[in-house]
Amino acid sequence: MLPLAFAGEGMRVIVRGINGGRGVLSRLIELGLAPGSEVIILRNQMAGPLIVAVRGSQLALGRGLAMKIQVEVEK
Amino acid sequence: MREVTIALIGNPNVGKTTVFNALTGLKQHVGNWPGVTIEKKEGEFEWRSIKFRVVDLPGVYGLTAYSIDEKIARNFIVQEKPRVVVDIVDASNLERNLYLTLQLLEIGANVIVALNKVDLAEEKGYEINVKKLEEILGVPVVPMIASEGKGLKELEERIAKSLDREPRRIEYPNFEAYIERLTRVIEKDEMLSRTYNSRWLAIKLLERDEDARGIIEKSRKRDDILKELIDIFNSLHRKYEDVELALADERYRIIGNIVERVLVKKEERITFTEMLDEVLTHKYLGIPIFISLMWMVFKFTFDVSAPFSDIIDWFFGWLGDAVGSHIANDALASFLRDGIIAGLGSVLVFLPPIAFLFLAFSWLEDSGYMARAAFVMDRVMHRFGLHGKSVIPMIMGFGCNVPAIMATRTLEDEKDRLLTILVNPLMSCGARLPVYALFAGAFFAGSEGTVITSMYLLGIALALVIAWLFRKLLFKGEPSYFVMELPPYNRPNWGAILGNAWTRTEKFLRKAGTIIFAGVVMVWILSVMGPGGYLGSEALENGELLARSWVAVIGHALQPVFSPMGWDWKAGVALFFGFIAKEIVVGTLGVLYGVGEENLAQTIAASGAFTPITAYAFMTFVLIYVPCLATIGVIKQEAGWKWALFAVVYELVLAYAVALMIVGIGGALI
Repeated sequence: MLPLAFAGEGMRVIVRGINGGRGVLSRLIELGLAPGSEVIILRNQMAGPLIVAVRGSQLALGRGLAMKIQVEVEK
Repeated sequence: MREVTIALIGNPNVGKTTVFNALTGLKQHVGNWPGVTIEKKEGEFEWRSIKFRVVDLPGVYGLTAYSIDEKIARNFIVQEKPRVVVDIVDASNLERNLYLTLQLLEIGANVIVALNKVDLAEEKGYEINVKKLEEILGVPVVPMIASEGKGLKELEERIAKSLDREPRRIEYPNFEAYIERLTRVIEKDEMLSRTYNSRWLAIKLLERDEDARGIIEKSRKRDDILKELIDIFNSLHRKYEDVELALADERYRIIGNIVERVLVKKEERITFTEMLDEVLTHKYLGIPIFISLMWMVFKFTFDVSAPFSDIIDWFFGWLGDAVGSHIANDALASFLRDGIIAGLGSVLVFLPPIAFLFLAFSWLEDSGYMARAAFVMDRVMHRFGLHGKSVIPMIMGFGCNVPAIMATRTLEDEKDRLLTILVNPLMSCGARLPVYALFAGAFFAGSEGTVITSMYLLGIALALVIAWLFRKLLFKGEPSYFVMELPPYNRPNWGAILGNAWTRTEKFLRKAGTIIFAGVVMVWILSVMGPGGYLGSEALENGELLARSWVAVIGHALQPVFSPMGWDWKAGVALFFGFIAKEIVVGTLGVLYGVGEENLAQTIAASGAFTPITAYAFMTFVLIYVPCLATIGVIKQEAGWKWALFAVVYELVLAYAVALMIVGIGGALI
């Protein structure tokens, strides 16, 4: 398990947990980023926001938020 | 004729506006949702003998009670009960879009799926079995390419024929037993089950939805329902850690099954979007590309619009003279020529650059680039306590602050939005440019470009510093989470782009235009009138006569305030009227110095009223203090009186302080 913010470009990961208020959580779920979702990291430049692909769409995620999303690297 | 209300809903970027425009044509009406500043669009169309009233709901990803947009959409469907809800689904992004569809079915809405952008799905290598999707969802599905008008007729027909369809019930196998149990208790309150869909209430209660809970609180069966709910939670918690998450999981499981059965991915292609993003969102290239694009936008705007502005300027000059020379009465002739016609002219001269700027912006938005701009700039914005999405309204501010402040509506968090509104006037709008041009030409000949650019840069720097300061003092905490969808890049849909550009230009004309016009007329009245009565139109060209007008009275009253900066009463008058709108500053100086705008720069330079330092201070004052009455008006509309007043005060104080500092430092250096 590691924060999404630390996952490298090109990695496929599974969301395991999100630490955050109900509002953030439900917004992320609607955008397809629910626990259990497969996420591909398209851009992570180790500063600033990330771009991820999830359920067929691309999302920009702030680094602060990405720190609160726990993911597991897919084998 | 029978009248029927239907609603349009869909995720952002699915082409909802295009569908709405195509359905309703020009029969539209824009208002606000009660109590909020979110736009409500309504239109109508006729099908045989039925008149359909179409309500365009906000673009949403779901129907929780956590965001205002979603609450509005949800309340409308629950309370107004539209006969049909058209759910616009992006075929190229089926999985995520169906999440909203399921929630609509939960509410018990009579849903029709408009499967838009089927061409894009095909391009991505997706093959969608529409018949099967219809069968599984149990609602009509109409494939469309709204931007080309394809599928529109069929959509109208399906809407008309679905008016009396029974809503389709959506089942969640893992929760069905609990939903049933709760539904049965809720149905014991007939009032409740008549007003709301009981199954939906049950599901929302399981999700700990606050609004649903509020509804139950008022029920006479409140205690029974809550007792059952606690009972259900007790058994659910043995299975699930978090029921809301588990329900979301269940929805996505069902969606996964649907997608698996109806969608075939023929091949995975590297899309155009991925290739472009490789460059446009690059760590080092992203920001330079953003800046160059913005530079190109402004270059395009000013170059293309200049001839149009010149023509308008010339036309109103000619019209004024023509009208003036045919009227014998001096007061009336001057009123028409120097008041009404000059006023209209000074508004319309700004129309071309603003229209072209909004055209360029609408194109960038439609293409999908604006979302990338927010991504690229988030890092910088974040450092100053702003949000990535703040960048779009801030750049729009270079055109006109009025629509720019309205564009802050895309920011969901109230603090982020207020902060972005408050610093927006520091982005130097198009109306301030003529003032810089005049003074740079008069006092910094040879380096006008540098001096004018320094104004824009100073504005940006101040906006960032003030944002940082306000974030520390007024809006404590971090900017809200940055999360946004990056839509795929689009081929331009000119209908949508032109429509969007026109809406914004119209806002400028209606909000800013009327106030600027009124301002010019007022300056005229105060210039030709004095404590002694009507002075004659001569006053506009004769400085000695003007010295007896109300304008001079005001100027002399203000002079002590501005004397620390070394400005005379004429500068004070120009700034006083500049409060109404910045374009008035140059015009007023023209009147006060008794020359046309062509010779104004030399006259001011020769008058000795300014030194280069006090002139530069004057320019910064114009940059910083209240941009115009229209901007104050729009801040009041978006944030309330308190913040509008606050903006006026902080800008005046800041402008004064910075101008004084420039004079002080400049004086010490030279």
